[in-house]
Amino acid sequence: MARITAGVTTSHVPAIGAALDNGRASEPYWAKVFQGYEFSKRWIAAARPDVVILVFNDHATAFSLDIIPTFAIGCAPSFAPADEGWGARPVPVVEGAPTLASHIAQSVIEEDFDLTIVNRMDVDHGLTVPLSLLFGQPEAWPCRVIPFAVNVVQYPPPSGQRCYRLGQAIRRAVESFPEDLNVQIWGTGGMSHQLQGPRAGLINREFDTRFLDEIVNEPEELARRPHLDYLRDAGSEGIELVMWLVMRGALDASVREVHRFYHVPASNTAVGHLILENVKPGDSRP
Amino acid sequence: MSSHRPYRDIPGTTVFDAEQARAGYALNMFCMSLLKAANRERFKADERRYLDEWAMTESQKEAVLARDYNRMIALGGNIYFLAKIFATDGKSFQYAAALMTGMSQDAYAKMMLEGGRAPGGAIGDAAGSRGELPSAEPTK
Repeated sequence: MARITAGVTTSHVPAIGAALDNGRASEPYWAKVFQGYEFSKRWIAAARPDVVILVFNDHATAFSLDIIPTFAIGCAPSFAPADEGWGARPVPVVEGAPTLASHIAQSVIEEDFDLTIVNRMDVDHGLTVPLSLLFGQPEAWPCRVIPFAVNVVQYPPPSGQRCYRLGQAIRRAVESFPEDLNVQIWGTGGMSHQLQGPRAGLINREFDTRFLDEIVNEPEELARRPHLDYLRDAGSEGIELVMWLVMRGALDASVREVHRFYHVPASNTAVGHLILENVKPGDSRP
Repeated sequence: MSSHRPYRDIPGTTVFDAEQARAGYALNMFCMSLLKAANRERFKADERRYLDEWAMTESQKEAVLARDYNRMIALGGNIYFLAKIFATDGKSFQYAAALMTGMSQDAYAKMMLEGGRAPGGAIGDAAGSRGELPSAEPTK
């Protein structure tokens, strides 16, 4: 059967993609960001996921104000990198996993999570920057990807509790899929940042540090945090962090924290990154 | 009719809720059109003419022409949509963010390098703020 072996969280700042694409990754400013992912690249080369369920938000690219799905799952065979106003990123086309994606859609809808099914979608930096951070600049992405979009553009996004429970339902769906697949789930966005208005530039290291601790060790409590706390303390765009809870809900109650990275700034944003593994039965490593 | 909206009290912050989205529909959809290279070219060739093709208010159009992002947000713009305008101008998110705070590019970039704007609510709180919010009109 398919199983979820690990979760990854990472910020998805567009300037990170631009730095990579324009050959500026070795500049001191950006090197400090990318060095936090050196371990992660080695880790994922060894972990070799078949499929990544990539929870992200679209930034007014595939979804305008015409249709705003709260949760949308990409069931297409492939997804093209989007032109976000400065031309598409020069990264590989994202190969989907339509059979598994359709199975997840059917399974979680039957569990009362009303997903929107998307059969055509261009994917923006929210999805491609995390792939670049973990996989670098390959000719083709080394695994298939199920884009899972969460609305965090028009308020209110789904609650933390809803995201967490959806993650749990996604896990049950994956584990009821007959094919033997190594599946990871990634939660992207955050951490604290505000891109708009006179308060732009807000960063809250204390909030972020606590969040990193809580999502590892106390996710049930964290899932109950109200949106107002995110908006006030982590900035208006810090609310993206609810997407990390989808990832966390899909993992075991107790997980091993394999890697943690936190850095300020990448452009306007605090970069946070975690790798969490489900502990295999009989494995006594800490 | 109005539900409880405590997020409206957060200083220097406009939360893009359903009411803002309704007011800003045409403005944001104009921005969305700039995802197409051909539209970007038409807009750059004659901004006013291009804006007149959209059912935007005159205030919204003037705010776009003036690149007054705080004003666009007040009139229903959302930053991820407005980003298409500064992308068309070849500008970055950090450029736009600095503009909205009323700080110079250099001062804003320095604030970010030093850890960003301190949280803690009070606008212009000199003691706790690494980068103070402008107290009066934000931009221009």
